[in-house]
Amino acid sequence: MLHLERLTKTYRTGETALSEVSLDVPEGQIMGLIGPSGAGKSTLIRCINRLVEPSAGKVMLGAVDLVALGKGDLRRQRRRIGMIFQEYALVERLTVMENVLSGRLGYVPFWRSFLRRYTPADIARAYRLLDRVGLIDHADKRADALSGGQRQRVGIARALAQEPELLLVDEPTASLDPKTSRQIMRLLTEICAERNLPAIVNIHDVPLAQQFMQRIVGLRAGRVVFDGPPEALTESALTEIYGAEDWNAMRQGDGEQAEAEADAKARLEALAR
Amino acid sequence: MNGITHYSQVWSFRSGRARLMLWGGWLALVALFAWCWQVMTRDTIWFFVADAPRQAADIGNRMVPPRWSYMAELWAPLWDTINIATLGTIGGVIMAVPVAFLAARNTTPSAHVLRPAALFIIVTSRSINSLIWALLLVAIIGPGLLAGIVAIALRSIGFVGKLLYEAIEESDARQIEAVTATGASGAQVVSYGIVPQIMPAFWGIAVFRWDINIRESTILGLVGAGGIGLKLQASLNVLAWSQVSVILLLILATVVLSEWVSARMRHAII
Amino acid sequence: MSGAATYPRRWRRPPQIVRDRRWRIALQIAILVYLVLAIGSVEVNWARVHDGLERGQRFAMGFLQPDFTSRWRDISQGLVESLTMTLTSTVVGVAISVPIGIGAARNLAPRGIYYLCRGIIAVSRALQEIIIAIFFVAMFGFGPLAGFLTLSFATIGFISKLLADDIEEIDEAQAEAIRAIGASWWQLVNYAVQPQVMPRLIGLSLYRLDINFRESAVIGIVGAGGIGATLNTAIDRYEYDSAGAVLLIIIVIVMVAEYGSSYLRTFLQ
Repeated sequence: MLHLERLTKTYRTGETALSEVSLDVPEGQIMGLIGPSGAGKSTLIRCINRLVEPSAGKVMLGAVDLVALGKGDLRRQRRRIGMIFQEYALVERLTVMENVLSGRLGYVPFWRSFLRRYTPADIARAYRLLDRVGLIDHADKRADALSGGQRQRVGIARALAQEPELLLVDEPTASLDPKTSRQIMRLLTEICAERNLPAIVNIHDVPLAQQFMQRIVGLRAGRVVFDGPPEALTESALTEIYGAEDWNAMRQGDGEQAEAEADAKARLEALAR
Repeated sequence: MNGITHYSQVWSFRSGRARLMLWGGWLALVALFAWCWQVMTRDTIWFFVADAPRQAADIGNRMVPPRWSYMAELWAPLWDTINIATLGTIGGVIMAVPVAFLAARNTTPSAHVLRPAALFIIVTSRSINSLIWALLLVAIIGPGLLAGIVAIALRSIGFVGKLLYEAIEESDARQIEAVTATGASGAQVVSYGIVPQIMPAFWGIAVFRWDINIRESTILGLVGAGGIGLKLQASLNVLAWSQVSVILLLILATVVLSEWVSARMRHAII
Repeated sequence: MSGAATYPRRWRRPPQIVRDRRWRIALQIAILVYLVLAIGSVEVNWARVHDGLERGQRFAMGFLQPDFTSRWRDISQGLVESLTMTLTSTVVGVAISVPIGIGAARNLAPRGIYYLCRGIIAVSRALQEIIIAIFFVAMFGFGPLAGFLTLSFATIGFISKLLADDIEEIDEAQAEAIRAIGASWWQLVNYAVQPQVMPRLIGLSLYRLDINFRESAVIGIVGAGGIGATLNTAIDRYEYDSAGAVLLIIIVIVMVAEYGSSYLRTFLQ
């Protein structure tokens, strides 16, 4: 379904964020993308819908190479790709309904979107999606009146309003508490299963990724260093992704801390005696 | 504790060099002031200055009591003044919106041609006072309300344009990105991603400018651009100081009232 | 989703500010009526405007091809007057503002002085420069001295108000600490207040310098000297190329002052 070929991104500063990433995501697969911050996760999913312009390589969505498209064609192709953001990125001062309907922007002419005169089919679809994510009673509220978890549900409904063929999900749970995070991940996986929708999910929380993803790709310094099922994500694989030094340093840090604490405790006991 | 044997006897706030520079700076300012004063008062006729207290007492005596009966003639010019301010503000805001979008870094279609042009319009409009605009426009299109309205509008472009383009540049980039990702066109990104974000700033700026414009439009009549300033000018010409005091009190009341209205409206918006 | 499509097919954005429908319609009608009345009150002599377009074109040309030379004596004199009165009025205005600002700070001044100083500030802020200038010209005669007095008076209202508000917001803990040592009122001002408000005072003075120059270009219209008088004369004589030159000079100086003062403010902090 989605096929990335030697996708490369070099920023104007000379920093290489992605180097020659090649990946295939088949229909219906939920793929988690993990890696340390700065590994290029965010750049990778933004290169797919060209919110970030790739420097080289191909992004094939079905039979279309997105990298080669002009402005107008790119807009039409973006309709096929739904995106869900870290910290929701809803238009805060618009109503929930307007936020969901904004998923239709790529399909409607300007005057309809400006006057909020969407077609009956679009409106019925928006209500159905709000019902699916459990927010139908909140349609007329302003987006900034909702809680974090509710806002992310609106974000999901907005992405689905596009009737997408692919979902890009950028750190969907980064600003949510653990319980809400799980609810949101469950909702996402259910919806992908219902619609046989492929998804790429950036996620920094490894246990959460292992629980919900069908396949995990590890990025490090812009390169794919792991690709396999969640069960294959062993400690050595994690070391490969997050770096041996950091991994060990983290543990060593812990060890030092424990040592210092033990030392202080012993001295206190000596004083008390 | 064997190394330190000597403490400085005088504690000083700044080092010697910085103090010297500070004193030098003050001295330069005083010298500059003295020189400017010399130049400025070269042609002053000190006889008039010595006479000033007597003049002031004279004017004060003529101003009270105010000639309240004159008030009846002032309502029509006051209505004109309010119209100048309101219509001028509407016109200025309408012209300022496209200028602001051209001047904001994140919405300008061309950073090398249109953005500098828009910034130039803003600077020009801001550095020329509305009274000067009115002076020009009265000379060009003749005295009357229209000159006042256009003067207020031209002056407002810079003020509204500057504050609005800053608001546009401060808008949340993530919301804009999210709207772009749905496949929206440029106009749709502006109307969904940016406009809702700047709406409160927009109304706040417009109402604030209206308040300032009420204040400024009261004096435009001094150069013939209509409103209550015309009556002020006429009264000054015939040295009718008791009418001047009525006019000034009315201007003061109007300004206070408009300030109150604008504070209430801004409160309601935000 | 098997055919149970009972979802609404119409949606209207709920009104955000005025929720009651009747009020909304009343408000819309009121605005419409006002606009019709207001626009109706504007009497335009279109023939005059039409004649004016040609003059407007000449002015635009004058702006593009300004004539600095033929009236240079007038322009330079106006400019010198404007600049000197800007500087002197800012210095004097700020110097007077400091005691008035301290007097208008509720946490430093006794009641009586507080009301007196706030009264001075209110009068100075309520009257516009141009109206004050009319009075000073009537009292002191034409010329830059009247302009100097006008701008000084306006500066007092501006600086004192902001200074007083600043002093009222100073960190009480620091003032408490100084009071606790048993410091006198003067020592309190010197050690607790001055260091906290001084950088801001300098910033405000530079900002006011900028404003005073802009205003000095205006008050000449009522005879208070400065470049405004030159501009007024040039326009009265229909010498648009000289007027264009004066306007360009004003724009350039305002720009220089704005950038200069913001640069100086960051440099001094």
